[in-house]
Amino acid sequence: MRVRCVRCGCVLHHSGRDPVAAPLALGFTALILFVLSNVFPLLEFGLNGQRDDAYLLAGIRQLYAQPAPILATVVAFTTIIAPLLHIALLIYIYLPLQFGLRPPAFVGALRLVQAILPWSMLEIFLLGVLVAAVKLAEQATIVPGPAAWSLGLLVIVLAASTTQVHPQRLWDRVA
Amino acid sequence: MTTTAHTALRRNLIACHACGQVNRCPAVCADVRCARCHARLHRRIPRSVSRSWALLVAAAMLYLPANLLPIMHVTSLGQTRSDTILSGAEYLLLHGMWPLALIVFVASILVPIVKMVILAYLLISVQRRSVERADDRTRLYRFTEFVGRWSMVDVFVVSVLVALVHLGAVAQIEAGTGALYFAAVVVLTMLAASTFDPRLIWDNVPHQDVQHPAY
Repeated sequence: MRVRCVRCGCVLHHSGRDPVAAPLALGFTALILFVLSNVFPLLEFGLNGQRDDAYLLAGIRQLYAQPAPILATVVAFTTIIAPLLHIALLIYIYLPLQFGLRPPAFVGALRLVQAILPWSMLEIFLLGVLVAAVKLAEQATIVPGPAAWSLGLLVIVLAASTTQVHPQRLWDRVA
Repeated sequence: MTTTAHTALRRNLIACHACGQVNRCPAVCADVRCARCHARLHRRIPRSVSRSWALLVAAAMLYLPANLLPIMHVTSLGQTRSDTILSGAEYLLLHGMWPLALIVFVASILVPIVKMVILAYLLISVQRRSVERADDRTRLYRFTEFVGRWSMVDVFVVSVLVALVHLGAVAQIEAGTGALYFAAVVVLTMLAASTFDPRLIWDNVPHQDVQHPAY
């Protein structure tokens, strides 16, 4: 609900969250956090003076190399492809809406985001990181890297975005 | 308060499975599309019971190798140890991490088996046209749909450990075949749950018996 000046269109008063701006802002925040989570190490590992960093993508690469390609694909899909697609679609849908435009292939984008959502498993992956860190904590030195924190924030931001996105209201814009 | 329920099915209405739009549809209709989003309309998910059964049976068959085969091989200073799902949870318990052991045990062992039993029960009850406790059965369905994804945690643990520990001869962790079977069980049970149409539970319930909460 916005009250605008009749003469110049300036926003005089608005109440509550903006149904378009809030999900869009969360989408951009998620994108930044997603990049950080992939660029920085997830965990830093030290054993007998040797050090190693674990990146999110490294696990998938190692699985491909072992070779466990199907397992690598499952992990890649649930922790990289599905979350990235979710974030990208959030921006794709809400950025044009912010400027009063309807995104191209709106119906397809809405259907895709509904289909992809159950397969985005970053929150479960985060629990996996915790369990893995605890398992190794006795034999080796484990320090959470920057990506561990950004991943934690990303999970919260994505959860917040699902409370701000109302699929039914989006579908109402289709008609 | 008990009232006569009007179901969409009896009123020749179909809610679009993609966008939720309610469409009017004649009693006999095939290949009808949603007026808003043009998705194909179905009164119920087509062949829901048989497809759900097929996915469930496949998941149940893979459940055995998923638990019996090692999910990872840990090599440290020349010695190799193999971990199964159960021994992984046991390791956490023996090392005093009982909250995490509990999470892993619940997510990896309890949830998949409970989910498969619940889905099988729901499918049998629908096939036997049961009218008993439809509301409780719907709640069971919602529970399995919500909880199923969390079983993936053990697959992610393996992936993180593999990424962390690759110091060649000193220490190395490799994924075992059990992890692959386990991931397949989780994916198949998720698909089986989403293929099951919970409205089938209510289709056999006489309409005047439907309880509506008084708002």
